[in-house]
Amino acid sequence: MHWIDYYRPSTLEACLEAFAKHGASARALAGGTDLLVQMRAGRLANNVVVDVKAVPELNEIRYEPGIGLTLGAAVPCYRIYGDPTVQREYPALIDSVSMIGGTQIQGRASVGGNLCNASPSADAVPPLIALGATCRVASVAGEREIPVEDFCTAPGTNALGEREVLVSLNLPAPSPDSGACYLRFIPRNEMDIAVAGAGVSVRLANGCFDSGRVALAAVAATPLLVPEAGAALGGQPGGRAAIAAAAAAAKAAARPISDMRGTAEYRGNLCEVLTRRALEKAVERAGGTLG
Amino acid sequence: MQSIHVRTTINGQAAEFLCEPRQSLLEVLRDVLRLTGTKEGCNDGNCGACTVEMDGRIVPACLVLGAEAEGADILTIEGIAEGSALHELQNAFLEGAALQCGVCTPGFIVASKSLLESNPDPSEEEIRFWLANNLCRCTGYDKIVRSVQAAAGKMQQETTS
Ligand SMILES: Cc1cc2nc3c(=O)[nH]c(=O)nc-3n(C[C@@H](O)[C@@H](O)[C@H](O)COP(=O)(O)OP(=O)(O)OC[C@H]3O[C@@H](n4cnc5c(N)ncnc54)[C@H](O)[C@@H]3O)c2cc1C
Ligand code: FES
Ligand code: FES
Repeated sequence: MHWIDYYRPSTLEACLEAFAKHGASARALAGGTDLLVQMRAGRLANNVVVDVKAVPELNEIRYEPGIGLTLGAAVPCYRIYGDPTVQREYPALIDSVSMIGGTQIQGRASVGGNLCNASPSADAVPPLIALGATCRVASVAGEREIPVEDFCTAPGTNALGEREVLVSLNLPAPSPDSGACYLRFIPRNEMDIAVAGAGVSVRLANGCFDSGRVALAAVAATPLLVPEAGAALGGQPGGRAAIAAAAAAAKAAARPISDMRGTAEYRGNLCEVLTRRALEKAVERAGGTLG
Repeated sequence: MQSIHVRTTINGQAAEFLCEPRQSLLEVLRDVLRLTGTKEGCNDGNCGACTVEMDGRIVPACLVLGAEAEGADILTIEGIAEGSALHELQNAFLEGAALQCGVCTPGFIVASKSLLESNPDPSEEEIRFWLANNLCRCTGYDKIVRSVQAAAGKMQQETTS
């Protein structure tokens, strides 16, 4: 690996100043499970690494009933799936963080890093989109909020400016009649990259779907929100017919490529199956029945 | 930037070292501190040969910077035995022929120890999932899994007797 400078700021202010000073030559280091691999492979030209793990705002998991979850961008997977409140309120997030890499990777990898790395197959991103999460982004010039579905702009590229840092993800508090789920397909049981993935959330009311959100992994240049699939659910009776329509909409929206992991046709079919199964699970978690 | 002065705890003892900011914890352990029990396989997070415990969690030392060890508590394979008394996992791996070339073994032992601490009686499936980040290219996994089960059994006998 080429020579770098290493900083470990312990306040958000000092962290933002480091990025203001070094701009494009600096990279944030959370778990390093993408960053260090890419730097070692010579794919990045940065010569400053800012370790963000000592910044309190990036390290917190905070749940306020009625408001929601503030998930620090650098919190590693194992802390998320070890948190009883997150287990209870956000099982779809648990689905994804417990399948990223293996135990050692989960000891380091963060959801913020998974999102910032902007891989189309990132497992934590579809459930965040389905859950309506937003990104708190900060720089010395101020703060802004970006919906997760608008954050990834191309493979490996995101909406952050040179001086900006992802501070946290904000997930709205789930209503009692809602449920969500993330499923992916890989050809083995663990330690592989998604061939396709589906993150979904539903809200039920009086035996009907009040609303729904569906987002897909690994079938477009970025993680993909499929508004048509949500629209196929909204207002419909809460049974298998609406789920089938939403799954068909997911398949129609997918724009997959063919590569060593699967053909475009296969990925399209997977979108339909995964969306259907994830919606069935989400309904179950919402306390509903499929009739 | 100059080399970084890092103060840390390794296998229960205070340790200090100088490292370049770009050096991984794995390079520091092996090349600076000469703790060569921790192995390098892939150097990109896939194989688990470099597994160490850092503040109570197993991590791939190849994906941690040496500088990040500041203030941390690190356990390597060298800290598993107590003096000349091998850990039950080490005994079980020997008796169960769970190693051939041995390159993967330190990672498997450190990872298995951390599993048995949080889950003293894991099912075969739990063992296989926990160890999914550790690869072995010669022995195969059955003997490794059975040795972890054997060690778990012994350790439970010891705590109940
Ligand atoms: C063996 C292995 C298996 C894996 N398996 C999976 C898998 O099954 N599914 C999956 O989705 N991923 C997988 N990954 C990738 C996954 O580990 C990463 O995507 C991880 O979640 C990234 O988080 P991190 O904390 O390690 O990020 P880092 O590597 O520290 O950072 C990733 C990128 O985001 C930037 N960044 C990080 N934090 C911030 C911030 N707060 N603000 C601005 N920029 C930031 C960094 O500069 C870098 O460019 C695997 C990786 C390995 C090595
Ligand atoms: S050498 Fe670190 S995981 Fe392979
Ligand atoms: S014994 Fe050789 S890799 Fe496992």
